[in-house]
Amino acid sequence: MEQLLEILSDLHPEVDFEECDTLIDDGILDSFDIVSLISEINEEFDVVISAEHIIPENFNSAEALYALIERLEEE
Amino acid sequence: MLFTSYRFLAFILGLFLLYYVVPKKCQWPLLLVASYIFYAFAGWECLVFIGATTLTTYGAGLLIDQNHARQKNYLAEHKADLSKEEKKAYKEKQKNKRFALMVVCLVFNFGILAVLKYTNFVIANINGVLQMTGSENMLSFRNLLLPLGISFYTFQSMGYLIDIHRGKYSAQKNVFKFALFVSFFPQLIQGPISRYDDLEKGLFGQHAFDWQTVSFGLQRILWGFFKKLVIADRMLIGVNALIGDTDTYTGFYVFLGMLFYALQLYADFTGGIDITIGIAQVLGIPMQENFNRPYFSKGIKEYWRRWHISLGSWFTDYLFYPISVCKPMLKVSKFSRKVLGEKIGKRVPVYAASIAVWFVTGIWHGAAWNFVVWGLGNCFFIMLSQECEPLYEKFHARFAVKDKMWFKAFQIGRTFLLMCSLRMLDCYRDVPMTFRMFSSMFTDWNIGEAVTVGMWNLGLGVHDYVVLAAGTVILFTVSMVGRRGSVREMLAKKPAFVSIAVFGALFIATVLFGAYGMGYDASQFIYNQF
Amino acid sequence: MTEKKKGRGKRIVSVVIGLVVIVAVLALLQRLVMPKYMGDVKEGALIGEYYDEEKDFDVVFIGDCEVYENFVPATLWENYGINSYIRGSAQQLIWQSYYLMEETLQYEKPDVIVFNVLSLQYNEPQKEAYNRMTIDGMRWSTSKVGCIQASMLESESFIEYVFPLLRYHDRWSELEPEDFKYILGAEKVGHNGYYMQVGVVPVEYIPEGKILGDYSFGDNAWSYLDKMVALCEENDVELVLIKAPSLYPEWYEEWDVQVEEYAEAHNLKYINFLEHTEEIGLDFSTDTYDAGLHLNLYGAVKLTDYFGAWLVEECGLEDRRGEEELSNAWEVKLECFYNQKEELEALKEEEF
Repeated sequence: MEQLLEILSDLHPEVDFEECDTLIDDGILDSFDIVSLISEINEEFDVVISAEHIIPENFNSAEALYALIERLEEE
Repeated sequence: MLFTSYRFLAFILGLFLLYYVVPKKCQWPLLLVASYIFYAFAGWECLVFIGATTLTTYGAGLLIDQNHARQKNYLAEHKADLSKEEKKAYKEKQKNKRFALMVVCLVFNFGILAVLKYTNFVIANINGVLQMTGSENMLSFRNLLLPLGISFYTFQSMGYLIDIHRGKYSAQKNVFKFALFVSFFPQLIQGPISRYDDLEKGLFGQHAFDWQTVSFGLQRILWGFFKKLVIADRMLIGVNALIGDTDTYTGFYVFLGMLFYALQLYADFTGGIDITIGIAQVLGIPMQENFNRPYFSKGIKEYWRRWHISLGSWFTDYLFYPISVCKPMLKVSKFSRKVLGEKIGKRVPVYAASIAVWFVTGIWHGAAWNFVVWGLGNCFFIMLSQECEPLYEKFHARFAVKDKMWFKAFQIGRTFLLMCSLRMLDCYRDVPMTFRMFSSMFTDWNIGEAVTVGMWNLGLGVHDYVVLAAGTVILFTVSMVGRRGSVREMLAKKPAFVSIAVFGALFIATVLFGAYGMGYDASQFIYNQF
Repeated sequence: MTEKKKGRGKRIVSVVIGLVVIVAVLALLQRLVMPKYMGDVKEGALIGEYYDEEKDFDVVFIGDCEVYENFVPATLWENYGINSYIRGSAQQLIWQSYYLMEETLQYEKPDVIVFNVLSLQYNEPQKEAYNRMTIDGMRWSTSKVGCIQASMLESESFIEYVFPLLRYHDRWSELEPEDFKYILGAEKVGHNGYYMQVGVVPVEYIPEGKILGDYSFGDNAWSYLDKMVALCEENDVELVLIKAPSLYPEWYEEWDVQVEEYAEAHNLKYINFLEHTEEIGLDFSTDTYDAGLHLNLYGAVKLTDYFGAWLVEECGLEDRRGEEELSNAWEVKLECFYNQKEELEALKEEEF
């Protein structure tokens, strides 16, 4: 989780990712951010987030995103 | 059947009445019948194409869905007796099957679209090359029919198919229901491109007559007609005059044409969407919005999130992400980071995907190089603004103007003019002509002549400009008020006579000031010799 | 009554009142934008004037400008005691004539209906503006519906006849004082359907008629003449075919032969006045207001007098000048007729 928060705040230093749960709904993360995020995660966690996982529910908060990563790691 | 025809009005009025008279079970079948009748008006031949897309997508969706289910069952049944590797191999095998099914269906349907829409474009390009090589032989153009709404229903169906493949929701088992999803008539002319999970509940649900919903729907339809008939169709006279004569209308006229076209396009497109969503609302079917006051955007990226939203999000979900996060692209990303460094390398997937998306977006709008250049132009400015982001930040750190009204207005104006300039590509005959016209804006100083003489000779009289100005003011006001929520809801909270007065006036204004019908030319009514 | 119910009741009342107001405004706007035909183009107002009449005519004329410019009901009354009316309109096409005949027969059964055959030449709808001038003045009836359907060009819509506002809405920007002045009702233009012209423009030359490829009238046109014949028979009305003595547009010999044959076959009377100009005493240097297209009042009076004698002789029409009520009505009409004649003549003097 720490690792993920670090990636996120690199992207948007001004956002409090621990609290925010409307990253997509409020347009904080745009499509460019999401793509960078996915390639970072691929580097760091060695999981592949594919297009089908890109839905607001998975990206609205750091927590949800981390849950997704864990789910993918298990597979 | 155009939205702005008496026949269409009679068609929807008849449908509305029937819809709430028939048993509720029959509502969606009625819509299906109505949609096919609507479609048949465009030509019986077209039914073949929409039928083919419906059946192939329905079938492929069902097979993919069954495969999902089979996989789940199999794995549950053999939970104990399969090793992890075996499970993985099984999954992989099923996944490939599903993928193959999807690809076949995608290729078939996009193939139809491509052949019908782009054959002549390809031929024109081949001929161009042949000409350059000095060949005498030219390919002849094909006379292909372009079925009504093919771009829209193909995209909508393929979105569904990809979603099924992704396991986002399960497939529609009833072929007739699925046929309705593909052919739902209000969407066939200008979109929006709806998602199955957004539309499903409304489309197949049972709807009791609810006065509030129906009157809101009717109000929205009326608003759409006002925009289309009073503003767009009147403005069109001026737009056509300005872009039709590129020898005369240079310099300031180009600027004028840009503004006129911005107004015309906005009023026409959003008006059409208002009619579409309004019709759906009268039928009790909620539909996603397609516009969100795009001309108030402060940047180009924001603009594209607010203009033709359903198309943009389609491309994002089904083209941009699949390209930018696919495994090969991740490898490219890794590689480029190593070679080009962290900062630039990181952008490779995003930019590669963006260029692809904007190329396709361009060609989606029309089979011509104008549109390709237009799409890539948008892409260029989006990237440019992305690259300038650090500069902007520095600027904002130095000067505290970010929250000032005037600065926001500047941003809005800048974005608006940029979008207008790019849009010129879809007005003029070809790309060089567009650039010529664009540059004439800065070289031909004919503003005086244009304002005093020229703009009054475009087929628009003083009264037309008055109507257009008033219409624009109304449009702008409604847009501003609409930022605080639904204008119709605000009106509904007021005493009943307020709504009646407002919409009565809107109706009368549309009937009186709309640019429809054969027009009145007094000289026709002069009695001569009979 | 609960508060909620009260609120709803109030709402319904507002909605109903609101709708009434909107409809009223639209109705008023419709009257405002419809052409009034009170200026230079008065012909469009003729058709609607029939409905104000006491419908007890002996002779009804039906046809295009060749009836309403060339025949004077006032003369028929003054000279022969024949009570007549002209249901003419600009470029009235033959199906329009048929439906006007049908409509007229719903109101009354005249002894004679006179039809001017010039419109046999048109087999298809011609011009929207003329359709309008004939049809907009008609009251709603099955005849009007039939007339619209038979007359519409492809670019026209039925609903624009039902709500002429949809057709004329563009006129909002070119309204004239007369549109406001006559919003609630027009002035009378015709004298029993006769449109008075007192100008004199002598015939100087007669344009040669174009040579046609085919001189036979179209099937559609014939079919309406058949229908007229049948309708008159059914209603026991004598149908008389005429061709007014307008020198042009050309009335071809080949056309005349066809009409003659038709009249003979159907036992109808047919007069081509072009063959009787000398007997009538027409002088084309003084009796036409537009160089031979139409007669002016002086020519029309001569023609009407000739035709009146013919009607008495051939159709046995009786002199009704003894009928008191009718005489009184005509007295008023004649006064109006001669007043306008004086007015127009005075105006003409001024112009010279």
